[in-house]
Amino acid sequence: MSDKSPDKPKVAFYWCASCGGCEEAVVDLAEAILDVVAKVDIVFWPVAMDFKRKDVESMADGSITATFLNGAIRTSEQESMARLLRSKSQLLVALGACSHLGGIPGLANLFDRASLMQEVYVHPPSTINAEGTLPQTHYQDNGHSVELPALHETVRSLDQVVDVDYYIPGCPPTPKTFLAAVQILLGSELPVKGTVLAPDCALCDECPRKDTKPEKPVFTEFKRPQQMLVDEEKCLLAQGLLCMGPGTRSGCEALCVRGNMPCSGCYGPTSRVRDQGAKILSCLASLVESKDEAEIDRVLSTIPDPVGTFYRYGLPGSLLRRKKPGVRQAPLPSR
Amino acid sequence: MLSRQPSASETSQAKFEPRIVAFFCNWCTYLAADLAGTSRMKYAPNVRVVRLMCSGRVDPQFVLDAFAHGADGVFIGGCHPGDCHYQEGNYKTLKRYHLLKRVLKEMGIEEDRFRLEWISAAEADRVRTAINQMVEKVRDLGPLNLELKDLENAYAEEVLV
Amino acid sequence: MPEISQLSGPEAVRVGFYVCHCGTNIAGTVDVKALAGYAASLPRVAVSREYKYMCSDPGQALIEQDIADHKLNRVVVASCSPLLHEATFRRALGRAGLNPFLLQMVNIREHVSWVHLDKKAATEKAQDLVRAAVQRVALHKPLQKRRVDINPSVLVVGGGIAGIHAALTLAEAGKQVYLVEREPTIGGHMAMFDKTFPTLDCAACILTPKMTAVGSHPNIKLWTYSEVVKVDGYVGNYKAQVKHKPRYVIDDLCIGCQECIAACVYKEGKTPDEFNLGLSMRKPIYLPFPQAVPQKVVIDRDTCIEFKSGKCKKTCVEACGDRLAIDFKQKETFDEIEIGAIILATGFKTFAPERNPYCGYGRYPNVYTSLEVERLINASGPTAGEVILRDGKKPASVGIIHCIGSRDANTNRWCSKVCCMYSLKLAHLIKEHTGAEVFNFYIDMRTPGKGYEEFYDRLLDEGVHFVRGRVAEVSDWAVHPSEEGKLVIRAEDTLAGFVRRIPVDMVVLSVGLEPQSDAQDVRRLFNISCASEGWFLERHPKLAPVSTFTEGVYIAGACQGPKDIPDSVAQAGAAAAEALALIDAKSVELEPYTASILEEECSGCKSCISLCPYQAIAFIEEKKKAYINEVLCKGCGTCVAGCPSGSIKQNFFEDEEIFEEIEGVLAYA
Repeated sequence: MSDKSPDKPKVAFYWCASCGGCEEAVVDLAEAILDVVAKVDIVFWPVAMDFKRKDVESMADGSITATFLNGAIRTSEQESMARLLRSKSQLLVALGACSHLGGIPGLANLFDRASLMQEVYVHPPSTINAEGTLPQTHYQDNGHSVELPALHETVRSLDQVVDVDYYIPGCPPTPKTFLAAVQILLGSELPVKGTVLAPDCALCDECPRKDTKPEKPVFTEFKRPQQMLVDEEKCLLAQGLLCMGPGTRSGCEALCVRGNMPCSGCYGPTSRVRDQGAKILSCLASLVESKDEAEIDRVLSTIPDPVGTFYRYGLPGSLLRRKKPGVRQAPLPSR
Repeated sequence: MLSRQPSASETSQAKFEPRIVAFFCNWCTYLAADLAGTSRMKYAPNVRVVRLMCSGRVDPQFVLDAFAHGADGVFIGGCHPGDCHYQEGNYKTLKRYHLLKRVLKEMGIEEDRFRLEWISAAEADRVRTAINQMVEKVRDLGPLNLELKDLENAYAEEVLV
Repeated sequence: MPEISQLSGPEAVRVGFYVCHCGTNIAGTVDVKALAGYAASLPRVAVSREYKYMCSDPGQALIEQDIADHKLNRVVVASCSPLLHEATFRRALGRAGLNPFLLQMVNIREHVSWVHLDKKAATEKAQDLVRAAVQRVALHKPLQKRRVDINPSVLVVGGGIAGIHAALTLAEAGKQVYLVEREPTIGGHMAMFDKTFPTLDCAACILTPKMTAVGSHPNIKLWTYSEVVKVDGYVGNYKAQVKHKPRYVIDDLCIGCQECIAACVYKEGKTPDEFNLGLSMRKPIYLPFPQAVPQKVVIDRDTCIEFKSGKCKKTCVEACGDRLAIDFKQKETFDEIEIGAIILATGFKTFAPERNPYCGYGRYPNVYTSLEVERLINASGPTAGEVILRDGKKPASVGIIHCIGSRDANTNRWCSKVCCMYSLKLAHLIKEHTGAEVFNFYIDMRTPGKGYEEFYDRLLDEGVHFVRGRVAEVSDWAVHPSEEGKLVIRAEDTLAGFVRRIPVDMVVLSVGLEPQSDAQDVRRLFNISCASEGWFLERHPKLAPVSTFTEGVYIAGACQGPKDIPDSVAQAGAAAAEALALIDAKSVELEPYTASILEEECSGCKSCISLCPYQAIAFIEEKKKAYINEVLCKGCGTCVAGCPSGSIKQNFFEDEEIFEEIEGVLAYA
C-alpha cells in the first residue's frame, strides 16, 4: 500500500452478520473520507455502489489490495463471500466488533439453532405460524426455484473462517479509529500480522474519570444505570456500575463514559488477554469486599447476566465460543 | 500445534476416561499431593496437575482454556480460608470461582466439571478422595468435547438448515 | 500464540530431557524407556535420556555434559517432586553455564508412580506431563535470584526447655535473641517436673541454671508475659510486634523480694495456683514458683481487690515502699522488632482426661493426672513432696493407667511417646515416697531410647506390677469387702487372659500430649502449616525436621510432635544451628517469582492495588500507572490473575507459560 505504486490501491468493503453501523462509521469520516477516497480505488462496496458477486469472481486472486469486512459469519453465503474476498485480497481486515470477535450477533451462540428457529418462526409473539413453517434453503414453485443461504449452527468471527490480517475494533469503530487504522495500512511499514489497529492499553487510560477512581474500589452491590442517578464526574465502577473499561481496549476515547454510560466492552480485550470476559470477571470478583461465601454470592448475584455482560461483543471469539450444545446432532453426509 | 484428536482408546466403546486439569497451590494442595505420593495412596490417574504458587494465580482464563482444549473437568486446590501462604490469595480464588461457576453454568458446562477444594498440606487423603470423587462424577457426565478442532473441519461437520 | 523458535538458527530452543528411574520407585510403574522415546519425538527435544538416579552426581554430570555437547538451552527432568530436587538440578544447570531457571521439572514420582498402579495409565499421564513441561520450558526466560541482606537477630517463641536451649545456643554464638514467653516465667512444662527419666536427675537442678542464664545473658532480650501478635516480612527480614501484657509490677523496679506477697491483704491464697495445677492456692499477687525467671511478681487483676473495688488498702504497695514497683495503672505495651529468623518452640498441652469419662477424672477426687502427681512428688510442690491424697492420707496402692488420650480411636490416635517412660518414673517415685503397691496398666511398653529399656528392667525388679491391657473403667463400686472405699480399676489382663478388678487408693492417668489449643492461630501468625493432628509441620520428616515451608521459620520441641526432653533439646540445638547457618550467610537469595507491571501497557485502572496483601503495589500519580515494589512482592500471582488487561506478569509463571502447560497436558495424540 505504498504511494509509489503506479496504481492506486484497490479497496473493497463487505457486510456480513452485522447491523451496518460499521459502514456507517466509514461514512461518518465526513470530509476525511475524501482524502481516503482520493488515495484508493473502491472496487467493491455493495452497500454504497452497484457491484455484484460476479464482479468479484472475475477479479484475479490477490488483485484487491485490502478488503474491509464487517459482520460475523453465520450463513453459508457469508462464509462463501468471506472465502471469495479472502482469495481476491492481499489484505483482509476485520472491521468492527462482529467481524473481530463475533459481536452482538455472536450472542446467538448461547442458543442452538433449532430453538432460535422455533423462537423466531414458530412461536414469535406477533405472528401465527400454525404449520410451523421454517425457512428452506431450496424452494420450488411453478418451475421457479429460490435459493436461500443456509444457517450455520454457530456464529463465528471472521478469523474463525478465513485468515485475517488485521482487525479494527469497535461497535462501531469510531471514525477516528477507522481513519487511524487506514493511515497505518497506507503507511510504508505494515504492522505485524494479526494486529488489532487500536491502542493496546485498557480504556481507563483515556477515560476522563480516571482520576476519580479509588485505589480500593470494593463492591458490595452492582447496579444498573437505570436504577440510580449516575454521577457525571465520578468513576462509574466506583459508583457500583459494571463498567468494562478496565478490561477493554482503548481507542474510542471513552465515548460511552462521556455519555454517562458504562463501557460495555466493544473494543475487545488487549492483545495480552485471550478471553475478555474471564479477565473482567476475575478483576471484578476479586474486588468484592466480603469474605463470607453467602455474601460473596449475594454481591455477585447483582450482576444480572454475566455472559451477556462480559461477552456482549465477544462470545464467538472467547475461549469457549458458544454454549455447550445439549445433544450433539449428527453431521450431514455432505453439503 | 499437535493434533488434538482423541485417541482410539478414547473413542472406542471402552470406559470413558475423563481428563481433568488441576491447578494446585505450591504450599498446601501440591504438598498434600506430594504427601499422598510418599504415603503411597492410590487414586485415579486422570488428573494432570499444574503447579502455581497460589490458588490466587489461577486466572479464570486458565480454566476456560483447559475446557477449550479438551479438559472434561477442572479442579482448583488451595489452602483453607485463613490459611493462605500469601494471607488471602485463596479468598480471591473463592470469589472468582463463584462468578466463574455462574458463567460456566450459562455456557452449558455442568457444575460437577469445575471444583474448588481447600486441601491443606497435611490432607493427603483429601487429595485422594476429592480426585476420585471428581473423576467419577465427570465420568458419569461423559466427555465435554469442547476441544478446539480445526474450525474448517468443524464447519464441514456442522448441520445446516 | 507465543513465538517459539524451532531447532535451527542461533536462538533455537534445544531441550534436553531426562527421566529418572529412581531405582524402581519410578521405573517400577512408569515405562521410563517409552517415556524417553516419547520425549525424543517431541518438537525441540535435542537429547532424551533415562538414567537410574538423576539426582546422583553422575546423573547431574550427564546433564552438564549434554548441555556442553549438544548445545542445550533448556532442560526438563522428570523425577520426583520439584520441592525435593528442583534446587539440585538448577544448580547443575548453573554449573554448566545455563541459567538455572531454564529448567522445568516433572513430578512423576509423588504424582504418578507412587499413586497409580496401572502402568499404562501411569505412563500416559507421565507423557502428558512431560509434553506440557517440554512445551512450557521453551518459553522460560533466564531469571536472576534477588539477594537480600539478613538481619542477624533471632526471635524464639516459647520459653520451655526447647526455647531456652535454642536461645542460649544462639546467644552464645553472639547473636541477638528475643525470647518471648506468654506466661510470667520461663521454664515450661519441664519446670513442673520432679525428676527426669531415665537418669532420675532432678528437673529443677538441670533446668534452673539454664533459666538463670537466659535471664542474665547480655545477648538475650527476655520478654515474659508477652506474646507475638503480628509478623511481617520475609526470610532474613522479618518484623514482629510483641505485646507485653501488664503484670502491674514494673519489671525494672521489682527486685523479687516478695515482701508484697506476704503483705497482701489476703492472709491466705484463695485462687487455684496455675503452676501447681490447682492443688494449692495462691494470692492475687504472686510469683509463679520460687525459681521463676524473671524473679518478678505479677498481679492477677481478676482476683485483686484493688481491681475489683478500687478500695483495697494496698498493703502490697506499702511493703514495696520506695521501690515503687507496683503500678495498678500499667497498660499493655508493644515492641516492634526486626529479626532474620524465627524459632517456634511453643510446646504442647496435656490431654484433658474429662474427655474419657470412664477413667473417673473429676468424679473421684483420688484420680489424678500424671502432671498433678509430678507436682505432688516435687519438693517445692503443694505438699512439699509428700504423695498424699486429698484427704491427707498416704496411698497404699496406686494404679497408673497409660495411654489416656493416646493410641485411642476415640480421642487421639498417636502415641504420645513420653508416657510409658514417665509412668515408669512415677511408679518408681511413688514407690520410693510411699512404699505403695503400684500397678501399671499399659497397652504396649514403649521404651526405645538410651537407658530406657534398662530403666524398665529396673522397675520390674523393684516389684512394680504390670498389667497388659486396656482399662475399661475406674469406679468406686465395690463388689467385695476388700474393695470398699477404694477405686476399682477394671481391666482386661491380656497376658493372663481374664478381666481383673484391682482396688487402689489412688489412680494416676498418664495423659498424652496434644497440640496447644491455639496452635492453629500461632501457625497462621507465622505462616506455617500444621499436620492434620495439629502439630506444626516440618519441611521434611527426615531431612528437614526443624525447617518449615516458610524460609527462616524453624520449629523445635513438642510443638512439632510429642517428644521427651533429650529430643526437644536436640531439636532446639538443630533449629538454632539452622538459624545460625541462615543468618551467618549474611545474605539470602529469594526466588525471582515476583510480579511486575508492564508499564507501557498498564491503563492505571487501579484494580490490582488492593489485591496485594503486602502493599507491594502502588499507584504512581505522575505516571498514572501501577508499580510493584519487587522487594515487597512475595510472588503469589494474585494480582496477575486479577489484572483485567493482562498487564502484570509473574516471572516463571507467565500467562503464556501456563497456557503452554495446560495445552501441553491436553494435547494428547
